[in-house]
Amino acid sequence: MQFWIIQTLNSLALGGLLFLLSAGFSLIFGLMRIANLTHGALFMLGAYVGVTILRVVPDLWLAALLGGLLVAAFGGLLERFILRALAGNALGQVLVTLGVAFIIADFCLIVWGGDPIPVPTPEYLRRPLIVAGVAFPTYRLVVIGIAIVTAIVLHLLMERTRLGAMIRAGVDDMQMARAVGIPVSRLFTIVFCLGSALAGAGGIIGGPILSAYPGLDFEMLPLALIIVILGGVGSLVGAFVGSFIIGFIYTFGSALLPDLAYVILFLPMIFVIAFRPRGLFGRLGT
Amino acid sequence: MAITRRKLIQAAGAGIGASALGFPAILRAQGDAIRLGLLTVKTGPLASGGLDMERALVMYLRERGNTIAGRKIELFVADTAGVAATARTKTQELVEKNRVQALIGPLDAGSALAIDDYIRAQQIPTMSVAAAEDMTQRKPNPWFVRATSTSSQSAHGMADYSARTLKYQRMAVIADDIPYGHEMVAGFQRVFEEAGGKIVQKLFPPLTVPDYGTYLAQMNQKIDGIFLGFAGSNGFRWLRQFNEYGLKGKTNVVGGMTALDEAVLRNMGDEALGILTACWYSAEIDNPVNRKFSPAFRAEAKYDPGFYAAATYVNGAVFQAAMEAVKGKIEDKSGFMNALRALKVDTCRGPVAFDTYGNVVGNVYIRKVERKEGRLVNSVIHTYPNVSQFWTYKPEEFLKNPVYSRDWPPAKNLES
Repeated sequence: MQFWIIQTLNSLALGGLLFLLSAGFSLIFGLMRIANLTHGALFMLGAYVGVTILRVVPDLWLAALLGGLLVAAFGGLLERFILRALAGNALGQVLVTLGVAFIIADFCLIVWGGDPIPVPTPEYLRRPLIVAGVAFPTYRLVVIGIAIVTAIVLHLLMERTRLGAMIRAGVDDMQMARAVGIPVSRLFTIVFCLGSALAGAGGIIGGPILSAYPGLDFEMLPLALIIVILGGVGSLVGAFVGSFIIGFIYTFGSALLPDLAYVILFLPMIFVIAFRPRGLFGRLGT
Repeated sequence: MAITRRKLIQAAGAGIGASALGFPAILRAQGDAIRLGLLTVKTGPLASGGLDMERALVMYLRERGNTIAGRKIELFVADTAGVAATARTKTQELVEKNRVQALIGPLDAGSALAIDDYIRAQQIPTMSVAAAEDMTQRKPNPWFVRATSTSSQSAHGMADYSARTLKYQRMAVIADDIPYGHEMVAGFQRVFEEAGGKIVQKLFPPLTVPDYGTYLAQMNQKIDGIFLGFAGSNGFRWLRQFNEYGLKGKTNVVGGMTALDEAVLRNMGDEALGILTACWYSAEIDNPVNRKFSPAFRAEAKYDPGFYAAATYVNGAVFQAAMEAVKGKIEDKSGFMNALRALKVDTCRGPVAFDTYGNVVGNVYIRKVERKEGRLVNSVIHTYPNVSQFWTYKPEEFLKNPVYSRDWPPAKNLES
């Protein structure tokens, strides 16, 4: 019994982290029509930047905030000066994001070295929470909470604000949005910064569970891709539901059928592509 | 603090200067410098051990004025990145471009296997740090000796200690899903079960698994202890999550030779206290060589020497002993190799000699994590003297079995 309870919790915690990663990925994909392959690298960059910030300010939440802002600034520059120059050339943009991902990976290797760097769990969250004899790692519960709060905030942003309405318009029909005077190119930068910030902060918040290590980027990127294909491009609800589905499949897959973990992970994606190419909650036809 | 190329050149330069001024006659008599290659890892997940290997070897040579058996030593360092294919290329480069006459390293088993035929063909005496079992067992390489240990050599001792001294009866094992992990756990299982214990669970998480939560949740709780067969910093990550899941105190933890190495111990806290591991070295060993080496390394690196630092320091001593036996004539390759295999030398790990397969017969220490002068150390609590890679088995009979692996010896007592 304890096995199932703990694994469920693990799935939820992983799902929460994946949501922080994939929400931005999905929005960028939906609005700009490019698969931003730098996204995993931004997640890793966030984790490493967080490690450095934590050496100066020993507070994980502050580090997540500052790190998120720094990664957002980096994402903004990337969008403004590199992707912008390749506007309209989707293939070129995807290749550039892949190249930048490699550059970030090597940069991290030079600056932070090849050793995995542990990110300390805040002191007050280290003791397990014991409910009815079952011990829960407290930090993972907090991560689930953060993901849910982030999801609510993003949902309100998208559904209840003018900015959100403009982004939704851009995702649904960009030419029409331009025609009615929505500054779509400025939206690109905003969404790219937002997505980068979420990925960067996610890297730091995931730090105490995953640590920062070379290769983290390309371990996370396929998961983000699967989630977005599963949930539907440009859909926040899709990213949310998709993250938790993948969290469960990944956790239970590697616990129950470790040899088939990746098969189980990619199988639902194949079915979705075959039978529902829009994804579970997608707005776009493909 | 990494050792930069410039420092290395300066150190070598200082050595050259000193010996040229001090002993010009010997230099002329013995001819050119000896070119020694070090295959290590300076990038990627294994880099911290690899950098320690370089640091300790440079220290060893510097302490001897870069002169061994009257001949100047020139050191060439290559980074294999822990990738087998790169190891092969770099070895070729060391041998063909830098014309090294002997090799120390590589660090990992994959690289050792990748250069196996090449060092055979080129006849390069190689003093390995890596543990690939069969290179000194079923397919012994005549140009290869290993002064560290096979994967299972120390694990055999830990199993014996767990069964006979700690009186554990039911144990789980968890190790990285790589040959090193499989071999170590297999050796542990064989000795533990033959001493009457039962291995009730075997877990092999991938080497780079981001999170051990899944594995902790399925850990069998009705056990006396769990054996950790981790390398690098994985033991450290596992132990931290073990605590966060509230499992500390519910079962005992013991480990193999790299689970709680000094190199990761320095990042740990009280959660590591009391854990037992088996290794052929500890910074705390009390012998004349280590009494000098351990503090000297600590003074330079600001942390205790561990497995990898000791590995090249021991190999330095092995190289020197063989060189002295052949009076510096390394050009006679088979003479040098014979001397290497026949030597007996006292090193920082204790006495070292080789068996007929080229693997070390040496002490294995059971160590306990304790706090001493404010830092965590592996205190030696028991010594198994002169342990062979075959433990107490007869080599011929041991070699009739398949090589240790994920499935051999078969685990008959598993419970799901």
